[in-house]
Amino acid sequence: MAAKNAAQRAGVEVRLEDLRRSYAGITALDGLTLTLAPGELVALLGPSGCGKTTAMRLVAGLEEANGGRVMFGGKDVTGLPASKRDVGMVFQAYSLFPHMTAAQNVAFGLSLHKVGAEQRKQRVGEMLELVGLSGYANRYASQLSGGQQQRVALARALAIKPTVLLLDEPLSALDAKVRSRLRDEIRRVQLDAGVTTLFVTHDQEEALAIADRVGVMNAGRLEQLGSPTEIYSRPATPFVAEFVGLTNRIPGTVKFGMVEVRGTELPLVQKDVPTGPATALVRPEAVSLASEGDSVPGPLIGTVIAVSFLGATSRVTVDLGDITVLAQLPTAEASAHPAGTRVRLAIRPDPVLIAREEKAPVEA
Amino acid sequence: MTRSRRLKLQVFRVVVFLVMGAFFLVPIGAMFEFSTRGNSETAPRTLEAWTNIIKTPDLIDAITASLELAAITSIAMLVLLLPTMVWVRLRLPGLHRVVEFLCLLPLTIPAIALVVGLVPISRWMRINMSDSILMLSFLYLVLVLPYSYRALDAGLAAIDIKTLSEAARSLGAGWGTVMLRVIVPNMSSALLNASVLSVAVVLGEYTFANLLNYENLQVAIAYVGLTSAGTSVAVAVASLLFAFALLMILSFVGRPRPRVARAEKTLAPVQLVPPAQGTK
Repeated sequence: MAAKNAAQRAGVEVRLEDLRRSYAGITALDGLTLTLAPGELVALLGPSGCGKTTAMRLVAGLEEANGGRVMFGGKDVTGLPASKRDVGMVFQAYSLFPHMTAAQNVAFGLSLHKVGAEQRKQRVGEMLELVGLSGYANRYASQLSGGQQQRVALARALAIKPTVLLLDEPLSALDAKVRSRLRDEIRRVQLDAGVTTLFVTHDQEEALAIADRVGVMNAGRLEQLGSPTEIYSRPATPFVAEFVGLTNRIPGTVKFGMVEVRGTELPLVQKDVPTGPATALVRPEAVSLASEGDSVPGPLIGTVIAVSFLGATSRVTVDLGDITVLAQLPTAEASAHPAGTRVRLAIRPDPVLIAREEKAPVEA
Repeated sequence: MTRSRRLKLQVFRVVVFLVMGAFFLVPIGAMFEFSTRGNSETAPRTLEAWTNIIKTPDLIDAITASLELAAITSIAMLVLLLPTMVWVRLRLPGLHRVVEFLCLLPLTIPAIALVVGLVPISRWMRINMSDSILMLSFLYLVLVLPYSYRALDAGLAAIDIKTLSEAARSLGAGWGTVMLRVIVPNMSSALLNASVLSVAVVLGEYTFANLLNYENLQVAIAYVGLTSAGTSVAVAVASLLFAFALLMILSFVGRPRPRVARAEKTLAPVQLVPPAQGTK
């Protein structure tokens, strides 16, 4: 796949330089700097109000930045209106023109770009075929399901051969099954088109599954930018650790560059944590269970209070008396610990983060 | 719903329909009957009052002027109000209530008070622009604002104007294209509603024209009524029928074409195929 990606990428570099935007004194975007390599798909991930959609709208030209620049292939497009930026955009809300058929929707941008009738017809056919909707050309938006509408919107956005493709939570209005299927389809189409793509979502699973790189945003700033594996396995900040994947918050004590959590010493990711009480952020995958029977109470001995079946894995909730801890185990292993059984926890000595105030933003 | 309940509901609907029909048709029928009476109680029925309409030049001029006023006012209203409302919705949502208040204001001011307020403007227009009756369309524009605003506002609320306009702009459309190719086609019913309401208001307007010494349809009917009651009633019936015809056109032409929504699961499974060629 990687070789195919490299061969097919033909998009342009997109650079966001110190982008700033505020609304009535409230900062929505606080100096975002980000570079997308040609043909790359970068997902901006974050909670509602973190500034990710604002960033996308500034790239699209739908809003004006208070400061900073947007560069497409080395060309400054900051002052250009949306209609001159040559971007294709798929919106969160269904955006097909209701009075047009799927084919007419796809042809709309082409006619504005003065593409001849014959070429337009051919291009519409290609695009609908690309998104698997060749047989739906004459249907109106109201005759298409949500997933089909978003696929037509994707075809419409790609039909004009945009410099940049912008996807603003295009899957959030769809049900889980359609969302998962369309997610893979978007990735396939993006790779085929080779267009540089910015994808905005609040769904971490979606971002990690689809993107070459993920940028996690918080309060208008980019907290961390990295590959999905890096974001999940080596979160740079407590916010990223807590936002991406589930995290146990376990009280402990920092001393000698380690944190002691209920009798277990764990190495630290951060090097500048002051000695004293702290809250360690431990992934559920780092917690394992062993049967304990009626042994004497200890700091890592507790009672299983719930087991959630997730398919290949299960999530076990253990009550340790003062706190509850989540452990994610293979389902076969978890089935040995039904609710009510006494278990002993073990924490794998992976480097952990300590919950604290936010770090300074990163630049990419 | 049980069968007897459905039957009762059906009977209720028919009764309401008949009562409403009688409410509208009986007066019109009575007017028609009056307009076809002869000169005496024993004289046979005649259509003389109706043929008088086309034989009275002043009346024809007044009808023509009113129709022209209706057309000009409707077009001017759409050109002024639609882009303003779209712009306010997209760019100045904080002004929505202010614009609504201003547009609805003429509804709360009696026509006579409006005329008194507008007399100096009308006088200035007559001296500096034109003495034509068509200048009334400027004043009628104020008069139709509340009705047109409501109709257009309902139409704009029915579509996601922000997303549609942004989608069009991202595809390369300027604001003119957004208006003409995206917004207008999606609110044809609202535009027709607003236009028909404007036409109805202008065709029925009497106070402005009379007090400002113009002769439009209603003023002409009043004058004709002084000499020939039958003719004035015939013109009134004709204008009512014209308004009904407009409403009929609205209900048929403005009706959105039926588009049946279908769930994805009911459609044939989509075969994902590799693209014929890249998009770049």
